[in-house]
Amino acid sequence: MKIWLTHHREAAALALRRLAAAPVNSLLSLLAIGIALSLPAGGQMLLINALHLAGATSAVPQISLFMAANAERRTTTEIESRLAKYGGIKQVRFLPREETLARMKANPGLRDVIEALPDNPFPDAFIVTATDDRPEAMEKLAVEFRQWPKVEHVQLDSAWVRRLDALLKLGRTAVMLLGALLGAGLIAISFSIIRMQTLMRRAEIEVSQLLGATDGFIRRPFLYFGALLGLGGGLVAWLLVGAAALWLRAPLGELVRLYDLTLVLQNLDARDSALLLGAAATLGWLGALVSLRQHLRQD
Amino acid sequence: MIRFDRVSKRYPPGVDALSNLSFEVTEREMLVVNGHSGAGKSTLLKLIAAVEKCTAGAVLVGGQNVGGLARSALPYLRRRIGMVFQDQKLLFDRSVFENVMLPLSIAGFPRRDAAQRVRAALDKVGLGSREKALPVMLSGGEQQRLAIARAVVNRPNLLLADEPTAHLDSETAADVARIFHEFHHVGVTVLIATYANDLFPDARRLQLDHGKLLP
Repeated sequence: MKIWLTHHREAAALALRRLAAAPVNSLLSLLAIGIALSLPAGGQMLLINALHLAGATSAVPQISLFMAANAERRTTTEIESRLAKYGGIKQVRFLPREETLARMKANPGLRDVIEALPDNPFPDAFIVTATDDRPEAMEKLAVEFRQWPKVEHVQLDSAWVRRLDALLKLGRTAVMLLGALLGAGLIAISFSIIRMQTLMRRAEIEVSQLLGATDGFIRRPFLYFGALLGLGGGLVAWLLVGAAALWLRAPLGELVRLYDLTLVLQNLDARDSALLLGAAATLGWLGALVSLRQHLRQD
Repeated sequence: MIRFDRVSKRYPPGVDALSNLSFEVTEREMLVVNGHSGAGKSTLLKLIAAVEKCTAGAVLVGGQNVGGLARSALPYLRRRIGMVFQDQKLLFDRSVFENVMLPLSIAGFPRRDAAQRVRAALDKVGLGSREKALPVMLSGGEQQRLAIARAVVNRPNLLLADEPTAHLDSETAADVARIFHEFHHVGVTVLIATYANDLFPDARRLQLDHGKLLP
């Protein structure tokens, strides 16, 4: 056990020395791996933030009823009581046109435009939550509501949430695909670098074999080298994604505020960061293992 | 200790390096294998260390048929054998000390004990003061002595040397030969492949010619 630990300690130290011995080469390799890994890592960061954003919005399908601008208060009250008695409705929320106007005025980007208008352009509205939120049931309700007097427009609010959900699913698949592709790329980079190393150190490997080194003894420093390369590349990717998150935070926050939403772009959390670094080190190690297996099999 | 039993070695595309060789080397013996270039001396040593496998017959080292050893068992055989190679096979990017340390690192010796052994081996071959030097900074004779120090640092009971005095002047060659005699006198079995006849007068001789033993 002690010998095993000594071998591992010495192999890790040797791998570190080899990395440090060619700083420019090592740095360029780390950058190449880091940039490649930053794409899926950045995608994951954006996806997590998008999920938070979607979570902050209503995911429950709703129907919005907009009254005609000339609808009298009495008509609106009739519609309200009709909705309250109507079967298949779970909840109704009334949005008076004055409240909508006040809310829109509170938005600095819209205030000037709204104040320039002569009248309140917003109608009274109802937000309806149905007991059955299947698309066909919702559509049936919408068709019914459209026929009611002074109801100008009926909108199925669930549509954009569904679209967002579908987009997030697509994003998640794209991140996984990108991760798998660039993970394979990392294995290939590590394979090539270790292949070069084994060719450069062919004499050392041969001498070690003649002096009684096992395949494990020969492999170990190269495996540590591959893992360190992956880990370093993962760290570069993490830093790049962190820098991008910081850089994009202000402009993206401003953009989503225009949609009356709040988003503070967050970097990868501890779990995702650990996953990124662990996966990068493992893939680097794997590339080295494949390369060494091929080299030692040739001997 | 070593037994060759009707051993033949053929290299592709059909060149016979050794033909039907049978002989024995007893423990603590010093044996010199003579022969011209291409006689099969190096091949004979490579068969003992299982660097090559014979195409017929059996090579036994300590009663073990080394040709039949699995790849995973070869390192443990080689750790029991000290080898001085014709081209020395020194690592030129490592210091004298680190070159000699390598077999001990491979065998997993604790660093402190290993350092003592390395210094003892370097003192034995007269390189005690050069441990920090790189091999390129050594003369031909010193490089050969370094190769010997690396071969014996594991304290093997069998020492193989392939042309250890080639390319050395007569004085340096005699110096190197003296080191082999010293190891033989402390009980190491020594097997030397060389064309030089006069450096090892007390050793038993085998004469090889085109892969065959001469009577």
